[in-house]
Amino acid sequence: MKIKWMILAAILTVLTVLTGCEPLAVLDPKGPQAQTQADVILLSIGIMSFIVIAVFAILIFMLVKYRASKQPEDYKPPHIEGNVWVEAICVGIPVLIVAYLSFVSVESNYKVEATPEGYDEEPLVVYASSSDWKWHFSYPEENIETMNYLYVPTDRPLEFRLYSYGPISAFWVPQLGGQKYAMSDMVTTLHLAADVPGEYSGRNANFSGEGFAEQTFNVNAVSPDEFDEWVEEVQTTADPITEDKFEELLEPGHLGQQTFTGTHLEFMPAPEGEHGGHNHGGDSEESHDEHSDHSDEEHSDHSEQDHEH
Amino acid sequence: MEFFERFAIPHPSPIIYASMVAIGITLLAIVAGLTFFKKWGYLWREWLTTVDHKRIGIMYLISALLMLFRGGVDALMMRAQLATPDAQLLDSQHYNEIFTTHGVVMIIFMAMAFIIALMNFVVPLQIGARDVAFPRLNALSFWLYFMGAMLFNLSFVIGGSPSSGWTSYFPLAGNEFSPSVGTNYYMIAIQIAGIGTLITGINFIVTILKMRAPGMKLMKMPMFTWSALITNLIITFAFPVLTVALAMGTMDRLFGTQFFTTGNGGMDMLWANLFWVWGHPEVYILVLPAFGVYSEIISTFARRNLYGYKSMVASMVIISVLSFVVWVHHFFTMGQGAMVNSIFSITTMAIAVPTGIKIFNWLFTLYKGSIRFTVPMMYSLGFLPIFTIGGVTGVMLGMSAADYQYHNTMFLVAHFHLVIIPGVVFAMLAGLTYWWPKMFGFMLNERIGKWAFWFISIGTCVAFFPMFISGLDGQARRMYTYSESTGFGFWNMLSFAGAVMLAIGFIIIVYNIYYSTRYASRDIGSDPWDARSLEWATSTPVPEYNFAEVPQVNSSEAFWDSKYNGHKLFSGKLKEIHMPNNSGVPFIMSSLFFVLGFSFIFSIWIGVAIALLGIVACLVHRSFEQDHGYHIPVEEIEKTESELRGGK
Repeated sequence: MKIKWMILAAILTVLTVLTGCEPLAVLDPKGPQAQTQADVILLSIGIMSFIVIAVFAILIFMLVKYRASKQPEDYKPPHIEGNVWVEAICVGIPVLIVAYLSFVSVESNYKVEATPEGYDEEPLVVYASSSDWKWHFSYPEENIETMNYLYVPTDRPLEFRLYSYGPISAFWVPQLGGQKYAMSDMVTTLHLAADVPGEYSGRNANFSGEGFAEQTFNVNAVSPDEFDEWVEEVQTTADPITEDKFEELLEPGHLGQQTFTGTHLEFMPAPEGEHGGHNHGGDSEESHDEHSDHSDEEHSDHSEQDHEH
Repeated sequence: MEFFERFAIPHPSPIIYASMVAIGITLLAIVAGLTFFKKWGYLWREWLTTVDHKRIGIMYLISALLMLFRGGVDALMMRAQLATPDAQLLDSQHYNEIFTTHGVVMIIFMAMAFIIALMNFVVPLQIGARDVAFPRLNALSFWLYFMGAMLFNLSFVIGGSPSSGWTSYFPLAGNEFSPSVGTNYYMIAIQIAGIGTLITGINFIVTILKMRAPGMKLMKMPMFTWSALITNLIITFAFPVLTVALAMGTMDRLFGTQFFTTGNGGMDMLWANLFWVWGHPEVYILVLPAFGVYSEIISTFARRNLYGYKSMVASMVIISVLSFVVWVHHFFTMGQGAMVNSIFSITTMAIAVPTGIKIFNWLFTLYKGSIRFTVPMMYSLGFLPIFTIGGVTGVMLGMSAADYQYHNTMFLVAHFHLVIIPGVVFAMLAGLTYWWPKMFGFMLNERIGKWAFWFISIGTCVAFFPMFISGLDGQARRMYTYSESTGFGFWNMLSFAGAVMLAIGFIIIVYNIYYSTRYASRDIGSDPWDARSLEWATSTPVPEYNFAEVPQVNSSEAFWDSKYNGHKLFSGKLKEIHMPNNSGVPFIMSSLFFVLGFSFIFSIWIGVAIALLGIVACLVHRSFEQDHGYHIPVEEIEKTESELRGGK
């Protein structure tokens, strides 16, 4: 059976590439969250290979041993109903594997959904919003805003607050950690951190229309001192962002990297808390208040943020 | 002028103009051919008005194959565009339309039609029935599906295709970001076909529960019939969700409601949830009948009974239940938090257990068997390893934290193709080859068939394995191009090579059908594979009434037992047979649905009103129609039977 060897060869190729000299982005993590995810991925590849090899081995054995050409002409295969023990093993082993993987899955999911541990400083909060087909990054504490590129300090937790001025998009920097959706009627939170200085590429991973392929951005992870220098430089040299200017930036299309002082959050707040979506059409202040509690209950992300404020 | 501008393609290209000409010429040729050979009457009497499950099955089959080629051409264009970095073959909009229609056509109009084709042809024969429970509804199902498919394909040349992905997530699919009529086509065409599928679901549940031959207890049904029963139960529970979601989406687009919009309290995540509450069970709607096909084929060509019949049934029941509680794994990254993700992560991985049972049972069916490597068997044996790889990567995707890295990437694309292609396409090709002699009275050439198998199975591996790697390297899905510096080029070129091999494989299948139609022997008897279940107890070609006498069943392999273990299927006493009359109403009503759909898409309200009136008129006509069918007298049955026997 040529196909078996084909598949084995393919698996070997995959493994060689995975362990090879040019690591794949996801398996070349530069931060704790991506590290957790890469560990889970490699662990699951290992366990799954065991299952694949077991299935292949049984299949090859059956095909070699019980092919008609090897049987006598008058061979009549027996009637076999099934065997409780065999089937118990076929259920038991997968159950054990799935139970173990479930444990790993739950543990790792809580880990990547929390602020990375082992850092002294408070997380740096960055609001990342997408519009067709750009990314806007607002640093409320530093009071600056960039477009299509990020500067982040290493060795400090990063807390991205994601939302969108258009279709659902996904903020993804493979080497720092997995993606999360940015949507227009609520804010989602993505916890990342960078341990190694460097330039990493990020992109929108969720299809959002014509300009989707080019909706990318750069992440510059630099030492905390360099980060402070960069912030200071932006604060002294960049132009302030105005409401008119921001409206202009939101127009569909592609734009290069830009830098501003101030953030658009001042005149166009993120859809969180009282500005959140799901206010069910109410224009008056009352209806906002009435429903904001309700929406907090609905979305864990909202309530998390409210606790932190 | 404004009226006609609506029908113009927003993004015309030479390919589209060429298609317009090709469609026009094909239609003209069909009309001319039918007129020249005076076949209009034949077409109307024998096919357009038929209520015979076998003919409806064959019409589903032809439609599914046509859609397979339509979707396949889309796939080839996509792979060709991505084969090299910064390619200019397709622009972004065109690429987006193509991956959208590829998904919709392959899932809704190809795979669904293919499984329903096999269910239609095989299930009544396997349970010893004369037809399905509601033959005329069955015809309506087919014509609704067919009109939905035609309507959807029309979008290519009139008004423009949908371009927001086969998942059609709002708000991207809303009027603000998808102003052309493309998404209207999506909403309406799938709605019409979906109604047909829902009717099929109900029809087959009743057929299987009420029309089995005497002696066929539920636990004595052949495995394909079991899989059909479970599948149709899932259809009946899942499709109404799609119906509602599509209706809400249609209202958002046409009537200004705000279900999925981002303003006024609309909720875009609601669409994603509703879509996948249908969409995940849909995966099992496709794959369970395939499992049934494999069960039949593996036990036939291992010349052994199916190992672990009871656990096979149990695992399907468990899968069908679990399939409704995993939908959130399609958007672990929506921000619902670790708690919700953990629950759905565990339910997702739990599905691996019953699926694993099935894999092991097929493997143990080979044990002590006498394996013959026929074409259907080779697809089944090729399915096992490739599907296992597709399946275990599914477990990996089910680990929610890791999914943040796989989601929306080529890794995911590789996973679901390596599940759906061996899981559904291989099964359909295996089933097609396996039941072909029962359908058409001759066998497909084995030698040519094996060539096709090797091209298709190796092509599948070459096309999709590289995507695991480029996905882990950060290639998102649905990107119409990428730059050279990303390093994705090599892997995508390899995928393209695999896609070409797949295309060659399918061309070989077409050639095989042509070759076998011309040269294959017609003298093959009624049981060429030495098979085990009841459908092979009928004569070939199968007479309209299927069985001259309803068979007596003793086990899930009654036909095998009658051949080798002395079981008596037929007593030899013939009785008059009651058969349903043909009817043109399903075809006419579905054509009106086509008009209705087209009018809805372009907001031509007068057309909507007229078509609706017509549809209601058809319903009223049916309600007051007195049609008791007709009876075939014993002499005529005897005559038909002796002719069929004499032919051997």
